[in-house]
Amino acid sequence: MTPLLRIIDLHKSFGELVVLDGISLDVERGQKVSIIGPSGSGKTTLLRCINYLEKPTSGHIHIDGTLIGEKEVGGRFVHLSDRELAKERAGIGFVFQRFNLFPHLTALGNVTIAPQKVLGLSHDQAEARAREMLQKVGLGHKIDQYPERLSGGQQQRVAIARVLAMQPKLMLFDEATSALDPELIGEVLRVMRQLAEEGSTMVIVTHEIQFAGEVSDWVIFMDHGKIVEQGPPAQVLFDPQQPRTREFLKHIQDR
Amino acid sequence: MLKLPQIYAENINRWLPELLWFALTTLKIALAAFVLAVLVGLAFALLRTSRFAVLRVLATAYIEIARGLPIVVLLYIVYFVPPQLFPGLNWQWFTGFTGAVVGLGLHGGAILAEVFRAGIEALHKGQREAAMSLGMTPTQSMAYIILPQATRIVLPPVANYAIGLLKDTSLCSLIGVNEIMNDAKSIAFADYQPMAVFVLVAAIYFVMSYPLSLAVRVLERRLNVSR
Repeated sequence: MTPLLRIIDLHKSFGELVVLDGISLDVERGQKVSIIGPSGSGKTTLLRCINYLEKPTSGHIHIDGTLIGEKEVGGRFVHLSDRELAKERAGIGFVFQRFNLFPHLTALGNVTIAPQKVLGLSHDQAEARAREMLQKVGLGHKIDQYPERLSGGQQQRVAIARVLAMQPKLMLFDEATSALDPELIGEVLRVMRQLAEEGSTMVIVTHEIQFAGEVSDWVIFMDHGKIVEQGPPAQVLFDPQQPRTREFLKHIQDR
Repeated sequence: MLKLPQIYAENINRWLPELLWFALTTLKIALAAFVLAVLVGLAFALLRTSRFAVLRVLATAYIEIARGLPIVVLLYIVYFVPPQLFPGLNWQWFTGFTGAVVGLGLHGGAILAEVFRAGIEALHKGQREAAMSLGMTPTQSMAYIILPQATRIVLPPVANYAIGLLKDTSLCSLIGVNEIMNDAKSIAFADYQPMAVFVLVAAIYFVMSYPLSLAVRVLERRLNVSR
């Protein structure tokens, strides 16, 4: 069986700056993969390349056996049109560091709009699903609030509900708790942990080492655009083989 | 010695209905030009943010030229040049009114294009990215996410433009449109009462534009309190 996500030799440069330098990676269905590493190591760019928010310089991404962002025509790869790309993105959930809720819509509106406009559900169906998802992230009582009236933790949970309502095959979390006050981190991690237990396939870029250890079944340490070390959390986090990994973990623990 | 109250007492019954009638033309020009300006402005704002360089350059050129000309010059060009260029055509339908609407609308379109562009660009790129990541096409993200938010940002400057436009319609008297200013001129000089007539006209303009100003202020306060 093909893996849910397959990344093949991904490169990304911004001008002269090489951000991703040959990343290959398989993620199986239901697998939880955490990506750790110092800032500037390319982990966010990797995540953004997976749903083509960033166009890779070279390399390929497959989800469920489907090539993402491009298609093969007569042996050559060509980029997809905006419309085709949008269809593929609908199956990939992305949770942003800064939430990016739509400020002109209520919590309910934020979660309703994509299922309705993208998946073509009726307004009632989309709204029922949105209510259910907001309930699930513990915000059933806040559905009529606008984002600015919600705390950071609540906003991020709405953002997660917004992604869940699309019933994605794969969920990507880009430092989902980094913009939060310390006392609000727990509520977001709790929701993420719950999703992990329910069997979602998740790729998580995070600085929360302890959380990565508890939730993921595979941990990747990146530095300078390369995967330096990967393996089960017990190995990478608690018995790292590479000096760069040890150095990074020590640095984080000293904080 | 001028005795304004007495002058008004004697003439107001004659002047006011006539001036108000022509004030209606002023409002019609302003309204039609406003609609045209919004449409032209939207089109050029989208062209200016287009990913095709040719369209961006064309849009920028139009905006800079139309903004750079005095309105009167633009009105003269729009009204007098086409008939000279194509004398064979029937220009009966091309009245001063039409010329005024087109001239003001083209000028306003350039101004509003910049207002709209600023409104679109004021939004964090995260909004667009969030929309795209949920599977929206660029058109859907524009329609459901970007424009509704940009509208709130641009409402106050657009309303301010509308107030300016209402007053700029007075320039249309120069291409012979019978709006309130043109009529005021003929009354004022026929009756030898420039002061009384122009003060009255000023009052009428004020009565038309002040409610708009008030509305803008209320609007700005609303938009500040809740988004």
